[in-house]
Amino acid sequence: MLEALRPDPTFYPSPSLAMEGDAEHFTYTVLLSPDGSRPDALAVVDVDRNSQSFGKVVHRLDMPNVGDEFHHFGWNACSSSLSPMSGHAFLKRRYLIIPGIRSSRIYIVDTQLDPRRPTIARIIEPEEVLHKTGYSRPHTVHCGPEGIYVSTLGGAGPDGTDGTPGVFIMDCETFEILGKWEIDRGSQKLHYDFWWNLPRDYMVSSEWGLPPQFENGLVPEDLLGNKYGHAVHFWDLRARKLVQTIDLGANHQMALEVRPAHDPVREYGFVGVVVDTRNLEGSIWTWMRQPDGQFTATKTITIPPEPADEPSLPPILKPFGAVPPLISDIDLSLDDRFLYVACWGTGELRQYDVSDPMAPRLAGSVRVGGVAKHAKHPSGRPFGGGPQMTEISRDGKRVYFTNSLYSTWDRQFYPEGVPGVQVMCHVAPNGGLTLDPEFCVEFGREYGAHQVRLEGGDCSTDSFCYSSA
Amino acid sequence: MTGLGAGSLWLAVIVLGLYHGLNPSMGWPLAVANGLAARRGTAVFATAWPLGVGHFLAMAIVLVPFVLLAWYVEWSRAIRVGAGVAIVLFGIWRLLDRRHPRFLARVRPTQLAWWSLLVATAHGAGLMLVPIALGLCSARSGDASAHAMLARSMQAGLVTALGVAVVHTVTMIAAGVGLAWAVYRHLGLRFLTVGWLDLEAVWGASLVVTGTLSVLLAFVHG
Repeated sequence: MLEALRPDPTFYPSPSLAMEGDAEHFTYTVLLSPDGSRPDALAVVDVDRNSQSFGKVVHRLDMPNVGDEFHHFGWNACSSSLSPMSGHAFLKRRYLIIPGIRSSRIYIVDTQLDPRRPTIARIIEPEEVLHKTGYSRPHTVHCGPEGIYVSTLGGAGPDGTDGTPGVFIMDCETFEILGKWEIDRGSQKLHYDFWWNLPRDYMVSSEWGLPPQFENGLVPEDLLGNKYGHAVHFWDLRARKLVQTIDLGANHQMALEVRPAHDPVREYGFVGVVVDTRNLEGSIWTWMRQPDGQFTATKTITIPPEPADEPSLPPILKPFGAVPPLISDIDLSLDDRFLYVACWGTGELRQYDVSDPMAPRLAGSVRVGGVAKHAKHPSGRPFGGGPQMTEISRDGKRVYFTNSLYSTWDRQFYPEGVPGVQVMCHVAPNGGLTLDPEFCVEFGREYGAHQVRLEGGDCSTDSFCYSSA
Repeated sequence: MTGLGAGSLWLAVIVLGLYHGLNPSMGWPLAVANGLAARRGTAVFATAWPLGVGHFLAMAIVLVPFVLLAWYVEWSRAIRVGAGVAIVLFGIWRLLDRRHPRFLARVRPTQLAWWSLLVATAHGAGLMLVPIALGLCSARSGDASAHAMLARSMQAGLVTALGVAVVHTVTMIAAGVGLAWAVYRHLGLRFLTVGWLDLEAVWGASLVVTGTLSVLLAFVHG
């Protein structure tokens, strides 16, 4: 009886309480049909070692449309519901919000009744998204003070270049699209990822490129011409206003995932840059809010390209004789200690100790896949692509990753195909990573695999409003 | 002097203060969050000021107009019935629609007094005290000279309304910040997930009960 009056048990006031919570039993993983020939799907993967079906797909929810291209997704509600300013902590973590980045369609998937057999609760058609927001190509989903926030990569028009992309908000219970989030976007022109510090009331957003720069594949001339995004934007969250933009330098092409420290008293975070066009390096930048309220960004990690013989390279890399790391995803453990960096090009997942965020230290690494190396998984199975979307368990002991970046880019860098795979690493208490030889989930050649979400929340969904102190 | 004595009415003001203060919706988790963010216990207590000022204003804004009206003695019953009906309707609305108004989400974390005023108003926290304040006015009316000047009467009503708001707010803050301190210092954040109960239905029902009593008393004693 009392239980029904309490907040959802998967909401945690602080990151440290989330780390002490139950371990995940299964993951939700989005699958995409690389050639759009079949509907995309949501797979439920059993990750409970004591279960009969450990490491297997226990359910697959197929969508009713083709050509959505699933990418990122998120929850309708998370630990941010416990915000002391919400005054109402009684939402439930129940629905997955899954946008199709190519179709602009949004699926609302209900995980209740049976969390292992989710069902489609509602479908928001692309026309509604465009009509109510002027945006297209929805991407990152976060739940926050004004409901569900969704970032987009495109505006109106057939190629999404009519108008500037941005963030829109949705009601977290009715899923009604409420409209554009920004009131004053200042000079912001491009979008990709965003996240925030809720008590300190700011948002940080990043830049990929406009739809013509990614939908049909990476455009080498645009990349070498430094025409992809290379700035980080800082916003006043409640005022919905851009307050500062930091240009990382035009050669730092594609600033993607934004990972603020989870503890809200820590006013710093990280952003990954895919490639430096001067030397093919990947880099991680630490951004920080200074006492005067101004933000700074400093390059704190660089990862060099790896030389390779021309025959082992796909056409797009042949002129360079090397494989860039291509930092595609980064993820921060809930204790803000370890930052995981996916090097999708070289086929490596790196673990950095970022206890001192200005001086990260390489603490561990696993290699699998890779453009030139094609390293096999310890199970002996092949691994197409490289480590990509990365998700860390709440307790920080396990790291899951998949291997697809984006259908058309997969074909350019891995022409032999990137059959969807999900693997698991184990983290040693003081750093160090190993791949679990028994956990290698193959989704089949007909599917690519993208973002992974853990049952009950994970390190890139939940926002916390109370310090762990 | 009517059926309910002034003493018991003041007791009701204090009880409602405790009730509002312990309700997380009125802001005690903010005091915990501020304490943890500053890593200082004094930050828990400092949060009492903005929360208290906002809550006091929310009470005063509702109570003052009602008690001023109540001194038009010939309209006393109508006013009390009207207030009661308004409270019942507000309570039913809170029961049917448990969502919070969207504008609350636009208030900045640095505008806590404003937030406290808005959140109390959105919950009808001031309305809950209206019948008590009206009761105190009529309880005092027995002592007042029937020939007193209207201005003096209104002044007395004003003092009663503000007195109710002050006593209520002080109790509310003492209870809320007391609980916040206990969570910050002793119970730990985990208390939030077990002690934060969904009281929206209870709250709505409280309004319905208060409003109904107000209407009934108006007919019995009005």
